[in-house]
Amino acid sequence: MNRRTLIAGAALALGLAGTAMAQDKTKVGFIFVGPVGDGGWTYEHNQARLALEEHFGDKVETVFQESVPEGADSERAMTQMALSGADLIFTTSFGYMDPTINVAKKFPDVKFEHATGYKRADNVSTYSARFYEGRAIQGHIAGKMTETNKIGYIASFPIPEVIRGINSAYIHARKANPDVEFSVVWAYTWFDPAKEADAANALIEQGADVILQHTDSTAPQAAAEKAGNVITFGQASDMIEYAPRPRVSSIIDNWAPYYIARVQAVMDGTWESKDTWDGIGPGMVGIGEITDAVPAEVKAEALALKDAIANGEYHPFTGPINKQDGTPWLAEGEIADDGTLAGMDFYVEGLTGEIPN
Amino acid sequence: MDLGAINPVLLVASLMVSATPILLAAIGELVVEKSGVLNLGVEGMMITGAVVGFAIAVNTGSPLLGFGAAALASAVLSLSFGVLTQYLLSNQVATGLGLTLVGLGLSSLIGKPYEGVKSTTLPDLHIPLLADIPVLGPMLFQHDLMVYLSIALVAAVWAVLKFTRFGLILRAVGESHDAAHALGYKVVRIRLMAIAFGGACSGLGGAYLSLVRVPQWTEGMTAGAGWIALAIVVFASWKPWRVLIGAYLFGGVTVLQLNLQAAGTRLPVEYLSMSPYLITILVLVIISARGYHGAPASLGRSFYASS
Repeated sequence: MNRRTLIAGAALALGLAGTAMAQDKTKVGFIFVGPVGDGGWTYEHNQARLALEEHFGDKVETVFQESVPEGADSERAMTQMALSGADLIFTTSFGYMDPTINVAKKFPDVKFEHATGYKRADNVSTYSARFYEGRAIQGHIAGKMTETNKIGYIASFPIPEVIRGINSAYIHARKANPDVEFSVVWAYTWFDPAKEADAANALIEQGADVILQHTDSTAPQAAAEKAGNVITFGQASDMIEYAPRPRVSSIIDNWAPYYIARVQAVMDGTWESKDTWDGIGPGMVGIGEITDAVPAEVKAEALALKDAIANGEYHPFTGPINKQDGTPWLAEGEIADDGTLAGMDFYVEGLTGEIPN
Repeated sequence: MDLGAINPVLLVASLMVSATPILLAAIGELVVEKSGVLNLGVEGMMITGAVVGFAIAVNTGSPLLGFGAAALASAVLSLSFGVLTQYLLSNQVATGLGLTLVGLGLSSLIGKPYEGVKSTTLPDLHIPLLADIPVLGPMLFQHDLMVYLSIALVAAVWAVLKFTRFGLILRAVGESHDAAHALGYKVVRIRLMAIAFGGACSGLGGAYLSLVRVPQWTEGMTAGAGWIALAIVVFASWKPWRVLIGAYLFGGVTVLQLNLQAAGTRLPVEYLSMSPYLITILVLVIISARGYHGAPASLGRSFYASS
């Protein structure tokens, strides 16, 4: 044995040891649409990532890339993550849908999980939370508490998830208060604190005294606090620092149990492509503490609504509900099917304005 | 459609507030570019100003101290760009982009303890007599100090560039650094002063975002405002008063389209959001068709005194 084969052998042994070590650890990647410190959507995904590390300890390695623009850039970020040896990649925004499918085709051995989308493949699962269940509770509180009967809604992009939230909030606000009106502002961004604050101010200046948001930062909360007599709800994260006013309650995304289950499945070799859509019942959607700014009886009603949704007695989209143009959608007592909800592209009757396309 | 829901007084007032950060950053960048330096790090300096201003305001309870610290911190940061590009002759475009990345990273590091914290904000000034004029009063004369300071700064930059000897020297350095050097002016020193001024203005703009307009600290909160400021300088063809028009146009269109939506108009908002960028392109086409684009002749070129 000469020196060269000895070195080659040693290198081979080292290489083998290296791959063996790599196999011990499951590498999990995350693509985030905003910074991890946004205080909302991305913050909660990152909390779940940290929960993964805590749960699995040395058996898992996580990597993430934040503020990845939706579109072609995200494809590059995912490819890079897959090339660097990730076993499972969570892509956590709707706009990553097609890029995820494209990259997944190129890396059949890597598993992908896309949040809030509807396109799947053998190695692409989708998962989302039934945020509209939480929106129903917000709508009820908003309808009861508004004095100007004007509710402002800061929407991000006209996609089914956002439209579902507007419809659900509106239906329940209208039930609580038949005079209520919604003004919807499309911000065309998930995260831009200055623009979100401007949108909140525009709505407040036009008389809204409740602001619902479907964007990721806490800027609308700060704007509402500055304006004074306005209430808001935490979005994606608890945003408890704005309690008891303006933030009177919140929808909290709890991704940790799902992430832990899916990583476990990869480790066990039982992972398969599926669609998960959980709500308040299984705990994927949490309702943040309803503060004392809400009258006691309204709070009790809201909690009763939450319980009814959680144990399946009540579905937020229960007929009779007509579409905006007056055509019937759901008959008396009929419950919306998940297919229609997943692709929802229409307003319900009573909402004004058009959905941009 | 209910256009009556839009109150023009409040609209103009919020337009001025929303335009102030980009106005401050743009007028600073104008001076930098007039001296012949292209600093693409505006975004990074703004966000550094935003976090430092917020942190100091929270710790001292004084928003004014926050603004001061923000200007200082961003000026110091911009001087790192100055040293690299003026003494070590690094490429200005690459160094400027690097400055943006450094600023974004540094700010999220400094800002970690300040997420979700609240700060005192600047009070609105009610200018005696003027603030009581109906319509015009609430529209123009009930803002906070920084709104007026930003306009005063535009006027000052205009006056200095146009009427003073120092302005003439600064412009000479930007047009032909070789000629200015031959006349005995300290090109590098003048450029460093311009860079520091630009940094300080960007810092003020960033602090205005975190202390008045939003007001809170959130990671990445400038969300591209620095790039808009750069576009405004080009839009203004390097003229101070046009920077004011450009900033109010950009800020105004954003606020107007949000208000139109809130009022339920059926105008396609996408076109409205697009319009400032379309106008910028149009302005560029017009000025290049006229053959004179107004850019300082030495813009972006390194200067090295060989003797």
